[in-house]
Amino acid sequence: MSHTTLPAGGGSNFGPGSGGDVIKRDRSLHAPAFTPGYKTSVLRSPRFALVSLEPGPGENAGPKFDAKILAPLENDLIRNYAKSGEAVGERIIVFGKVLDETGRPVRNTLIEIWQANAGGRYRHKNDAYLAALDPNFGGAGRCMSDDDGNYFFRTIRPGPYPWRNHGSDWRPAHIHFSLFGDAFAQRLVSQLYFEGDPLVPLCPILATLPDKDAQDRLVAKLDMKMSVPFDSLAYRFDIVLRGRRQTFFETKPEGH
Amino acid sequence: MPIEYLKETPSQTGGPYVHIGTMPAFAGLEIRQDEQQHVIPGPGERVKLVGVVWDGSGHPVRDAMLELWQADSAGRHNAPDFSGWGRAAASSETGEWEFDTIRPGTVAWRDGKPQAPHVSLLIFARGINIHLHTRLYFPEDEAALAADPVLRAVEQTGRRATLVAQRVEGGEVPTYRFDIRLQGEGETVFFDM
Ligand SMILES: [Fe+2]
Repeated sequence: MSHTTLPAGGGSNFGPGSGGDVIKRDRSLHAPAFTPGYKTSVLRSPRFALVSLEPGPGENAGPKFDAKILAPLENDLIRNYAKSGEAVGERIIVFGKVLDETGRPVRNTLIEIWQANAGGRYRHKNDAYLAALDPNFGGAGRCMSDDDGNYFFRTIRPGPYPWRNHGSDWRPAHIHFSLFGDAFAQRLVSQLYFEGDPLVPLCPILATLPDKDAQDRLVAKLDMKMSVPFDSLAYRFDIVLRGRRQTFFETKPEGH
Repeated sequence: MPIEYLKETPSQTGGPYVHIGTMPAFAGLEIRQDEQQHVIPGPGERVKLVGVVWDGSGHPVRDAMLELWQADSAGRHNAPDFSGWGRAAASSETGEWEFDTIRPGTVAWRDGKPQAPHVSLLIFARGINIHLHTRLYFPEDEAALAADPVLRAVEQTGRRATLVAQRVEGGEVPTYRFDIRLQGEGETVFFDM
């Protein structure tokens, strides 16, 4: 990745590590709302243009989560729902760095993940897929990024599963993820896929993205060096959130 | 050569099983069962916010998940005694969601002028490729609503009302109804901020 790292912005009233306004979201990097290849979007996509505004104090601030909310095994999905043994499936580590657009690590931010089990079945009251539940697998995980923005999970590789779209389409193996950053405007929910999965180019949901480059940014790469011998393969997946504009000159509010 | 920045990771739908990772007890997992993310404790006047997310054919979006972000009663974000953040699942049967929170105070806008009291909402659901961002305003203070800089940024004046909740009679605490229409007649205003 080639990029320029900018110094942290000053003039903050939003706490340590933050700077000025969150930078405008580049919507060309995301899917449009209306993507008829993914049929459910047809009736769930606004027709009016979004109303664009600079972020205010509320959008530049955001919820804070304390690491104390996490139980010890929350980032280990092989063991965090174990009843009689460990979860069944191909053991993997998913790890990477959370950065913002300007290259700064996003520290101490909550990351939530959820996924199907090795057979492609979700532990959810509304999932009726015929693949069996694994009594030792819940499919939910959480962790906080560390002071350098690093995060890691241990889990099993989720199975692909069929869903009704153009008849039976198949989801590639994927892990859903959710991040907060330190501003409400940085919120991001997405899905990561696995390098080499033949279902990746066939996925109507991945195909909602504007180009191959955007799709590739959701594909985790096999990392043999970080794989644990005789234990787990490792996949690297870096995540980029919106950055903050440096405050070169302060515009002082009138009054107040 | 232009300066290069990293590109934001693209968003994808939270999907129908978003609750597993965000509200696991609702999904049916036997973990974090005491969690009440739609209840936001803190000092101030308790209010209840209820509503339904509607699709373009007038049917409820029953797999929606909403997140709320607001200031405390003094207009502060990240106050030590109030998280300002919550999460609610639409009912799998009716699509109704509910937050139990406090009435927010007044937060200044960028120019220092007051915004009308409001909460910010994000909507996640199957079929929504990138979360939708809207605001729920309280109906009582009409002068504050008329002066609100964000409402005034909505050029089509008739659409501003889609952001104002309605007071519902009855209920133990002041209750407001806020219907979110994703598409069609009365489409809610969504922001890019
Ligand atoms: Fe999924």
